[in-house]
Amino acid sequence: MDTARKNPDMPLPKKNPLSLQLDLSKFEKATDEEKRQQDVMSESTTFLKDGFRKLMKNPLAVGSIIVLLAIILMMIVVPHIVPYTYSGIIKVEGVKDPGAKNLMPFEYSEMEKAYMAKGGKIFPHIMGTDELSRDYFVRVVYGTRVSFLVGVFASVIVVIIGVLYGSISGYFGGRVDMIMMRIVDIIYSLPDLLVIILLSVVFRETLDFSKVPMLQKLGANMISMFLVFGLLYWVGMARLVRGQILTIKENEYVLAARAIGAKPKRIIWNHILPNCISVIIISAALEIPSAIFTESYLSFIGLGVALPMPSLGSLASDARSGLQSYPLKLVFPAVMIILIVLSFNLLGDGLRDAFDPKLRK
Amino acid sequence: MLKYVLKRIFYAILTMFLICFITFFAMNAIPGGPFNGEKAKSKAVMKVLNERYSLDKPVLVQFGNYMKNLLHGDLGVSLKNGRDVSQTIAESFAVSAKIGLIAVVIAIIFGIILGSIAALNRNKWPDRVIVFFATLATAMPSFVLATLLLLVFCIQLKWIPVWSSTSHSYILPVISLSLYPMAYITRLTKTSMLDVLGQDYIRTARAKGVSQRKVIFVHALRNALIPVITYIGPMTAGVLTGSLVVEKIFTIGGLGSKFVDCITNRDYTMIMGTTIFLASFIVVVNLLSDLVYKVIDPRIKLS
Repeated sequence: MDTARKNPDMPLPKKNPLSLQLDLSKFEKATDEEKRQQDVMSESTTFLKDGFRKLMKNPLAVGSIIVLLAIILMMIVVPHIVPYTYSGIIKVEGVKDPGAKNLMPFEYSEMEKAYMAKGGKIFPHIMGTDELSRDYFVRVVYGTRVSFLVGVFASVIVVIIGVLYGSISGYFGGRVDMIMMRIVDIIYSLPDLLVIILLSVVFRETLDFSKVPMLQKLGANMISMFLVFGLLYWVGMARLVRGQILTIKENEYVLAARAIGAKPKRIIWNHILPNCISVIIISAALEIPSAIFTESYLSFIGLGVALPMPSLGSLASDARSGLQSYPLKLVFPAVMIILIVLSFNLLGDGLRDAFDPKLRK
Repeated sequence: MLKYVLKRIFYAILTMFLICFITFFAMNAIPGGPFNGEKAKSKAVMKVLNERYSLDKPVLVQFGNYMKNLLHGDLGVSLKNGRDVSQTIAESFAVSAKIGLIAVVIAIIFGIILGSIAALNRNKWPDRVIVFFATLATAMPSFVLATLLLLVFCIQLKWIPVWSSTSHSYILPVISLSLYPMAYITRLTKTSMLDVLGQDYIRTARAKGVSQRKVIFVHALRNALIPVITYIGPMTAGVLTGSLVVEKIFTIGGLGSKFVDCITNRDYTMIMGTTIFLASFIVVVNLLSDLVYKVIDPRIKLS
């Protein structure tokens, strides 16, 4: 009810169009209990903290993180513990042992048995040996290393190129955007496996890395693989980042930053990119398994890493020749590929559930 | 609409030209030609051979000639065995297409069925079982699957002979090609089906008293399939190019295995022929699926 009508005697305060004209006598002080209700109950949290907390509640994501950490640990530790190398024939007391080929897991060759009878210690062949008397466990671990590194590096390359390209295209818009996106469209519609096969042959045969010490160690095949990923796979990321930026740049804070006179580089880097970081992380995590797929595929048809360096794909390919007698040689690398790709897929899904702002409730 | 279609066709042609260009110069950049290799030939023989196939001219001139012949529909003859390229492609593609097409059809049908079952039984055991296997299948490269199938069914169980040319020899290649796209379509259908089932018009239909079957098939499925249709284009491309490994494992002489062979042989005309054929197939499929997508979903604006 209107107060003015109830107490006609009370003089009306002077009219001030901006004042709320509150009557202080009508308010009472809050009790302590009421005050306590206003206290913030939950801790303040950042976007990353909140997402991480959600991720940790997802059992599949936690499981895949544990599996991936175990694999990474294995990749680092095993080559230091196991006394065999990925390319050398097994030696007993410094003598090459050609009899140690195609052993089953935890089996020993004649020479090794004789040496153990004398009281010597032999490290067990956890996954047996291959047809060239090499310890298979070490080869699988090195293969995992190669496949894993290819996946991670390819994803890094994709993120760098894709984010740069996409943010420039999205931010400047107009004609720049149109030309840049037409290029992306064309690359996107290239049949990627055909081009990858062709380019990896071309790069492997034409580029000479023997002069550059860092790159030489990696091998021409590996570098050509990265080049191919860098040339072809960034387009998906570029499209994604561009789409994000197109919507984010319409926000008022971007306008404000521009009004103050911030340069495009600063606006993109400090104001826009932090807001689409979640989308970038998710799609980078999902990029890794697809790169591992492509790598193993290329190695399988003999266009991958150079011999004698193993990769999971080439190990699976080699295992085909003795499939009938030694099926385990296929099973180990196959399980490794499936485990890695599965973990990354599940982790990517978990990241999406935890970090994608669109799925927030 | 017409303007949009014409624009897309123009880009498709541009893409094709670019693919021809890249392939032609890339393959000429690989050291070694089609005629060195096998037996050492005398210089005079090499010169005659190079002149006969005009390999002695600058690459740009060769490219111009090739494009001119291509526009007349002439893919040339193989530099290795002298056979007509288009005929070789037609023969080997018949094999690839048969396997690929069966795989694509199986993937679509079973993917949609399994995805719908999973969505309709959300968080019950059929959903969990289907999602578990779909997740597992998307983590398995086709060559691993193919080799494992070979190991289990041909070597351990001996149900299917390793080498045979009868119809049952298609079973394993088709399974190994179709499993990944099937799993992907299952997941795709499940997500979009769940999305659609939560929409207001489904509730309205249910409130009107429409039967469950009609709700699913008339109201939900039609809208849920839109993302699946967009995936069909890239999937067909993936199955066709991805078949080369599976073809190799099961020793089927399809187009995929021809492609890898001709690159290692530096058989220039065959490389160009197979690339152009496969690429144009993929570009056309992508174009069609894009156009169909725009037609069936009126919410998408033509731009």
